[in-house]
Parts: sequence; structure tokens; C-alpha cells
Amino acid sequence: MAKELWKGNEAIAEAAIKAGCRYFFGYPITPQNEIPEYMSLRLPQEGGVFLQAESEVAAINMVYGGAGSGARVMTSSSSPGISLKAEGISYIAGAELPCVIVNIVRGGPGLGGIQPAQSDYYQATKGGGHGDYRLIVIAPSSVQEAVDLTQEAFDMADQYRIPVMIMGDGMIGQMMEPVEFKPVAKRSLPEKTWATVGTGGKREPNIINSLFIDPQECENHNIKLFKKYDEITANETRVENYNIEGAEIVFVAYGTTARIVRNAITKLASEGIKAGMIRPITLWPFPTAAVEAAANQASVKAFISVEMSMGQMIDDVKIASNGKKPVHFYGRTGGMIPTPAAIVEHAKKVLGGAK
Amino acid sequence: MFDEKRIRIITGHYGSGKTEFAVNYTFGLAAAGAKTAIVDLDIVNPYFRSRQLEPLFEEKGIRVISSSIKGLSGDIPALSPEINTVFHDKSYQAVLDVGGDKVGATALGRYHEYLDKEPYDMLFVLNANRSMTQDLDGAIKYIRAIEAGSRQKVTALVNNTHLCGETTIDDIMKGQALCEKVSDALGLPIKYVVVQRSLVAQLPQNLKGEVFPIDIYMKKPWEIEDML
Repeated sequence: MAKELWKGNEAIAEAAIKAGCRYFFGYPITPQNEIPEYMSLRLPQEGGVFLQAESEVAAINMVYGGAGSGARVMTSSSSPGISLKAEGISYIAGAELPCVIVNIVRGGPGLGGIQPAQSDYYQATKGGGHGDYRLIVIAPSSVQEAVDLTQEAFDMADQYRIPVMIMGDGMIGQMMEPVEFKPVAKRSLPEKTWATVGTGGKREPNIINSLFIDPQECENHNIKLFKKYDEITANETRVENYNIEGAEIVFVAYGTTARIVRNAITKLASEGIKAGMIRPITLWPFPTAAVEAAANQASVKAFISVEMSMGQMIDDVKIASNGKKPVHFYGRTGGMIPTPAAIVEHAKKVLGGAK
Repeated sequence: MFDEKRIRIITGHYGSGKTEFAVNYTFGLAAAGAKTAIVDLDIVNPYFRSRQLEPLFEEKGIRVISSSIKGLSGDIPALSPEINTVFHDKSYQAVLDVGGDKVGATALGRYHEYLDKEPYDMLFVLNANRSMTQDLDGAIKYIRAIEAGSRQKVTALVNNTHLCGETTIDDIMKGQALCEKVSDALGLPIKYVVVQRSLVAQLPQNLKGEVFPIDIYMKKPWEIEDML
């Protein structure tokens, strides 16, 4: 298929449809509105259902119901809307249901603003809702990657019975880029024997629930979840290493920020400074091993976590580098976007002081 | 070139490159010596709007009229009373950059009492690489929806078929073929064929419509090299 020009948000929506998503429940919020709008047009054409719920809380619980029946279901929102969905996300994680949740992140906290941000990293990777649970969190850096990974996200969700979050900053949702829709590699997926699709009078009813009154049972359930999370960490961690060999300075950046950091790396190279980048594609599981390997590399003097936040992913970079190399931070927030020039300046400052 | 009526309305699917064309057109109009105003009527898109180039417009003596609420990042669909200026003060050559779908075009409908009285040109920017406008049917549906929303009629077509930085002459020619079909079906002329300046020399001769070379102003954050 020839390349077409797609806006990030509508491309994510079309990718979901290509992956077999036929149910979308959501509530509008900028800068992700093209997703529900596109779904409202396309899903009826595919025999699916688009429903604008009365609130984010309603939407996520509709996703809970749809996922419980074994369907491929999606919702999307932007930061404040994801906060509203947090309770439902925890329930879905607790009930081990597959679904895809898109967060096109804007500036916060509170209402914040509608320009791009990455300040929902903690919310996405460290909880957001209550309890011991994880989401697979995928952070595309281009519209093409958003399309490929959204399709794969539905397979990941079904394989592990886990909610998968596609997390893009507003720029990923709003920008136009050439895209080719390609089929994703087939996974062998388990049959959804747990789905509430009617017993036909032939079996005991399936019950979908996240309530465990007996504490031992609740602990057992958590242990089971964490075995699954270990398996996901082993199988699904995604990362791109760029120019790491011989690098003095290693940036860690994802999404739009990673695109900007690439320019900074080119500029540094022209000034004779060798810089590289670790680009997490999955934010959870975080590519700990890639950071660890770079920390053990003799040429590397320091890391710089570059984010559109006040510094959230930097915690994971520090954990992974485990004190072996200093970890610095450069960021802009609230909808401001770092410039390559500022990143270059910061790298020079760090190298000047990193002995 | 630029010989349209005093009020020029630029419409098209969002993502068609309508704003990029509108910005280049406005710069060209001002460079040709006209007293120029650009009206950013886009209440649909939250990013990549012509108003974000306000300092550049002002540097070139172009009046920018957008929301009455200042600041780039609002998504409040507020139309400024200042917009009326371009209808009343006929010394202005005006470019109206309209939001990219039926809903976006509705904002223009608000001004129909002026547009009913004064002839205008409404250019429909067509990008054949956009999924909704890649065949005759889709393009006509989109034109009709924008006309219904805006209560105005498209007067000419602009072929702006591109793939951002990956555009080739084949893309432009594919768009030209579609524009010719739309042109035949609706009786609308192809006014401009938009092409990045670096590709102009590769275009064949005798295309329907004037070749309109553009520079890219609506850049993504990592494309802004002068920051380096």
C-alpha cells in the first residue's frame, strides 16, 4: 500500500479498527478529539459501536463491560480525562481484562493546558489508580510507530489479559506524517474462555470481578499478576539504542522529545562531542537493561533524561544506572517544547562538570 | 497569481496543508504590495494554526486577526469582533484560513451576510494523499460538506498533494489527476498547483493551474533548525 498522509490521532483510530477494535467509548477532550470523531464516523461503517459516554468514568466502565465480553475495545482521552478513568483502569487491571487506552498527554496538573507534555509518566507507569498493578505503556515517536504499535497493542492486551496504554504527547496526536498501514506479525493468542458471552446452558457462568474478600486470596491474586508482569518484562520490553557506541553522553528520551534529541545529537557530533540516545518505546516495562549496559560502558560519562515534564522518567533512569554514572535532567513543561539548542547547551554544561 | 477577489477564503480537509498554503499565499500577497490581513478562523485544530506565526506576519506588515482570547494555546472557539474589519474596510486584501471540516467551516457561516453582498473567492485545497479525499467521491463529499457548513460556494481548486518531507512529483501528478476529475465534475477551475520550491524544476509544463512554489513555515519542533 502506498503511503498516505495521516494525523496522529486519526491514524491511531484507524489502526485500532484494522486491529479488530469494534467498540469505542469515550468523552471529548483536546488534544485527542480526532480519535472519537474518527471512530464515530468509521465504526458504524464496520458494524461496530461508537458511544460518547456521559463522562470519562462512564466510558472506562463501558470499556470494562465490553472487554469482559471478550470484544476488542478502546477508549481515549487526554491527561485530566485519564485521571477520571483511573478507578476503572485499576478495576480492569484487577479483573485481568484486555483493552487499549490512549492518552494524548497535555500540560498539567489540573486542567493545565492543551499543548503537548509528558508529565503523565508517573501516572501511566507507577499507578494512577490504586493497588499493585501495571499497564503496558507504549510511547510512539512517530505517527508510523503509533500505527504499528496500536495494532500490536490489541494483541499484547489479549495475550496477557492486561490493559495497554498508548501514550503520546499532544504533538504525536496532532501532527501530520506519511504512514503505511502494514499488517503486524501474528501472535498465537489464547482463546477467551473467560469471556461473559452466555453459557448456552452448557457450563457454569464466567464471573469477571476484582473483589477478593479473603486477604490470602487477594494476595494470591497479586502474586499471580506479578508473575505475569515478570513475563511481560522479559518478553515485551522495547527500546531503540541510537549512536550509543563510544558515546560520552547518553540521552534518555521518548516520543516527540526523542525526535528533538536526535537533532541535538547531530549538532553535538558536528562540534566533536559524541552523544547517543536510549529511546524507551515501552515506558513500562522500562528498558532497564539498556540503561544498565550504557552505565557499564567505559565511554559514557553521564546520562541526561530529557522530558517534557519537571523530571519523572529520570527516576527510572537513576534506578537502572544504579549510581554507576551521574544522571542529569533537562526538561520543559506545561506545553513548552525543548529546543535542540537548549539540549546541546545542557549536554556541554554536564560534560564540563562530569569528570 | 494573487488575482483573486479581495476576500479569499481558504478551505480544505484538516491536514491537507491548507494552512501552509494560506500562510505562503498571504506572504506572497503582502510581498506584491497589498495591504494584507490574515484571519485565522480555525476553531477546530488546537496545534499548527496560522496564528502561531503572528510575529513573522507582523514583521512583514501583515495584520493577524484570530481569537479575541490571546495566547496560542486556548481551544476556546471565540471569534474576535475584529474579524468584521476586513469586511468593512475594503482597503484590505484578506485571506481567511478556515478550519478543516464541516464543523470548522461553520465559523465562516457566521459572516454570510457580508459574503452574500461582496463577491469572494473560496479556494478548496485538495491533498489526494489524505484518506477522506483520495477519490472523486470523497473529494466532492468534502467540498459539499464544507459548502454546507460555511454557507458559501467553492470557486476554485488548489492541488496541494504532498507527503510532507517525502513528497515526489508523482504525488503532485496523482493529485493533479484527481483535481482534473473534480474540476470536470463540478465545473471548478484548478487555480494553483502547490509545490515545494525545491521540486519546481521537476514539474512538467502545461499543467492546468499556475505553479505555486511554497516554503515550509508550519514546522514540527525537530524541524526548526534555526534554533540550533
